[in-house]
Amino acid sequence: MTDVAQGSLAGLGRLRAHRRRHVAGGAAGEPSGLLTRYPVLVLIVLLSSFPVYWTFTIASQTNEAIGQTPPPFLPGGHFLANARRVFDTVDFAKALANSFIVAGSITASTLLFCSMAGFAFAKLRFRGRNALLLVVIATMMCPVQLGVIPLYIEMQALGWAQHLLAVIVPTAVTGFGVVFMRQYTVQAVPDELLEAGRMDGCTSWGLYWYIVLPALRPAMAVLGLLTFMQAWNDFMWPVIVLSPQNPTVQVAISTLAAGQYMDYTLVLAGTALATLPILVVFGLFGRRIIGGVMEGAVKG
Amino acid sequence: MAGPGRQDPAARLHPALQPNRTSAVRRLLWRADGRFSPYIYVAPFFLLFIGFGLFPILYTGYVSLTNRDLLRPGFETYTGLANYRELVGDDYFWNTVKNTFLLMGMCAVPQLVLALVLAHILNTRLRFRTVLRMGVLLPNVTSIVAVALVFAQIFSRDFGVVNWVLGVVGVDPITWQSGDWTSRSAIAVMVVWRWTGYNALIYLGAMQAIPKELFEAAALDRAGTWRQLWHITLPALRPTIAFTALVSLIGQTQLFTEPLLFDTSPGSVSGGSARQFQTMALFMYEEGFRLGHLGYGAAVAWLMILMTFVLAGIGYAVTRRAVGTAGAAA
Repeated sequence: MTDVAQGSLAGLGRLRAHRRRHVAGGAAGEPSGLLTRYPVLVLIVLLSSFPVYWTFTIASQTNEAIGQTPPPFLPGGHFLANARRVFDTVDFAKALANSFIVAGSITASTLLFCSMAGFAFAKLRFRGRNALLLVVIATMMCPVQLGVIPLYIEMQALGWAQHLLAVIVPTAVTGFGVVFMRQYTVQAVPDELLEAGRMDGCTSWGLYWYIVLPALRPAMAVLGLLTFMQAWNDFMWPVIVLSPQNPTVQVAISTLAAGQYMDYTLVLAGTALATLPILVVFGLFGRRIIGGVMEGAVKG
Repeated sequence: MAGPGRQDPAARLHPALQPNRTSAVRRLLWRADGRFSPYIYVAPFFLLFIGFGLFPILYTGYVSLTNRDLLRPGFETYTGLANYRELVGDDYFWNTVKNTFLLMGMCAVPQLVLALVLAHILNTRLRFRTVLRMGVLLPNVTSIVAVALVFAQIFSRDFGVVNWVLGVVGVDPITWQSGDWTSRSAIAVMVVWRWTGYNALIYLGAMQAIPKELFEAAALDRAGTWRQLWHITLPALRPTIAFTALVSLIGQTQLFTEPLLFDTSPGSVSGGSARQFQTMALFMYEEGFRLGHLGYGAAVAWLMILMTFVLAGIGYAVTRRAVGTAGAAA
């Protein structure tokens, strides 16, 4: 069922091709391939998840225990104690709240602005539409991360330095999101439906709010998840513009690691706490996220 | 306040169902709506992009021509190309250029090759498809900070798993952070670890769009699965490969968090004691925000921006050629 939502961007034809291939058995249907494939895949998945597993293992040990040879390979019972030390060392509660505010606001504004612009580019006729759309696509190649020095000067002038607004506003909308939403609107909203709405006297805002938005729900879910995770994980700009007294979680755990000596159980307990929300989101909505990435999402 | 909408809640809830009233004012508004509202819908994107994306990038060029200082705002003077002249003679800068390009190769190439092989293995009839794909994507959803911090532990000299494994096979402990190549390799491992699965899923998406008849014909000709990868999948994936290569190269020019956090000496932003793994982005940060030389840092940033545009231009040309040849082959 969710496969339909995932594939809808690519169109039904492609989805059908995908189904057929799975019925036919795919390219490597030989029995010899079958025997080697699973062990290789299991090995890859183990390698993929090991660092995450290791984060939680170290986070639940004592510093004495992880100094032994060989190191302990199973989680211990000290996670809560280490977590408490994290909250004592930095203002982690504030960091968590900040990260939820930042990622939540960015996600909400991205969904609103990108779906509005996507709707206009997909379904409304106006002068300069194609040229403007090309500009949007071009912005995706723009290295905005490199403009941090003037951006910092700008934030100082606006009085937003060290304030969460400085992190939220610059990423409140992305060119990728606009293109993503436009593509989905083109395919998911039939022109006849909008025509019928116009006949009944709908304004363009009415069309957007009552017809387009409900139809965009699956795409909003994908874009929202990707945006939230990206905003939650962002580091370079927050560490520049925010102070250690008003951090996001990523900034907070990086300050844990800046101590005189590396207290690994402390640092990785913080890391584990910062990663947990993302793991919950990924566990709940993994299929949709994978669908988004497979459509060449995230970076368009 | 008690407008007509108040009296008729149904009409208020569903403007789509309201009858078409044909007063002149309404028609005028209707026309204005059709003509101007599209611009209002796209305006937030453009305003935000101009204000917080385009302006900073262009302003970088101007700041790079001044001696602006972080701690003394308002006292800068126009210094022309002085910053660039200084950069040309700055060994620390050239060291970061070297490191950035070395890391670019060490990160991008293995990541894309491994991703292709992985996608090829995943592109078969498999049980537990979702679990396998989630396992492969897991590295990419963890934050770069988390990745850098746990890898710093994994590669640490005394408590690290890597050195423990090496010890088992009889290799002496390596101080990964201090060597030129060991530190760069460790950073490359982090990047490759985080991005291989992500690229594999993009390739997998593209592979599933290849008509299966091609593979069936190849199988009839007794072409094995790896020959099919070479002769059918790779040519069909050329545009996707060019695109992912471009994106990862551009991403690697901005490598910042991994080298920043891999450095375990407290507060250091120099990329190791001998700057053996300092990248251009980290150098820009050190100059601009640690030493306060915003003008000098902006000069570094401006060079990186130009570098990105050149890469993007090359990538665009290559992708267009790749699309062209793929189209001709089909």
